[in-house]
Amino acid sequence: MNMRITIGKDNLDQARALVEHLEQDDVEAAGRVLDEITNVRESELFQEVGKLTREVHDTLNTFITDKRLSQVAEEGIPDARDRLDYVITLTDQAAHRTLTAVEECQPLAEKLDARANELGGAWSRFLQRDMNADDFRQMSREIREFFDLVAGDASQINGKLNDVLMAQEFQDLTGQIIRRVIGMVQDLENDLVRLIKIAGKLNEGDDAGADDDEKSLEGPPIPGRESDSTMASQDEVDELLSGLGF
Amino acid sequence: MNKDMKILIVDDFSTMRRIIKNLLRELGFNNTTEADDGQTALPILKKNKFDFVVTDWNMPGMTGLDLLKAIRADAALSATPVLMVTAERKRENIVDAAQAGVNGYIVKPFTAATLREKMEGIFKRLESGAA
Repeated sequence: MNMRITIGKDNLDQARALVEHLEQDDVEAAGRVLDEITNVRESELFQEVGKLTREVHDTLNTFITDKRLSQVAEEGIPDARDRLDYVITLTDQAAHRTLTAVEECQPLAEKLDARANELGGAWSRFLQRDMNADDFRQMSREIREFFDLVAGDASQINGKLNDVLMAQEFQDLTGQIIRRVIGMVQDLENDLVRLIKIAGKLNEGDDAGADDDEKSLEGPPIPGRESDSTMASQDEVDELLSGLGF
Repeated sequence: MNKDMKILIVDDFSTMRRIIKNLLRELGFNNTTEADDGQTALPILKKNKFDFVVTDWNMPGMTGLDLLKAIRADAALSATPVLMVTAERKRENIVDAAQAGVNGYIVKPFTAATLREKMEGIFKRLESGAA
């Protein structure tokens, strides 16, 4: 405990008296002065401890009466956890819905591409007059079928693209949910800061700073909160790796 | 690159596995298997011969870095190329992965072009190293 004890003229006088008594071998008088000094020190210490105890007591009382902290612990945190779980669910659903639409669109587009190339070849042969009457009739039929294929597939692709469009609604919902969680975390932070301030007074002199594990994982970088060693882009990562002999 | 090579995709998020799987398919690789963390990936790797591993880092159970170390420590698996695809982008993390013997490192979010580029780079280096 690091108490500040006021050192004034009184203390100086007491110290002088103590030295004087000791020089004169007056052990009894020296002992009296020492007792005086200790008394002053002890009473100041007790006052300081008493003040802190009252502060802690008062603050704990306000925590109990406004019930905010316990409410946050009992309701707020599980509530936030549920909300964030729901964010995972929503984003998971949206991603799968989008991926399904993409997976279903790709074969349709590939089929159209392949068919168009085949017919394009036949059409070139026709333009070069390298086609007999039978082949021409065959090509005409195939072109007719291709029109139907294009119309059908295009409307299917359009439907799936609409699905992709609609799947993005998760952004609005999750944004609102996360914003509420941020608000709750902010309240909790304020309350905890108050607690830490009190605890800090009791522990002044102790090294309160937790040892940060520099190598711990920090997940996706949040804009504005990157640490100094965060790589801004794939290019920076590549540069670092090439420096390491990659 | 051999388009028939067996690729194991390791990520705890099924959406990310799906995205990587689709990107690999776009690049012509259809022979893919999925695992949701290092702990499930390792027995799969030991049981079947895989030619390539794409793994996330931060996963419950066993992380991608631990999986990488386990692969390098296993004589039968140690030569398997490992590409890390992760949101972890701190210098220390990347250095750790490099020291553990990762073959490539991609930070999320990433593009199909980056994936192709890194895979081509890895196999080019392996071929020139083997020659």
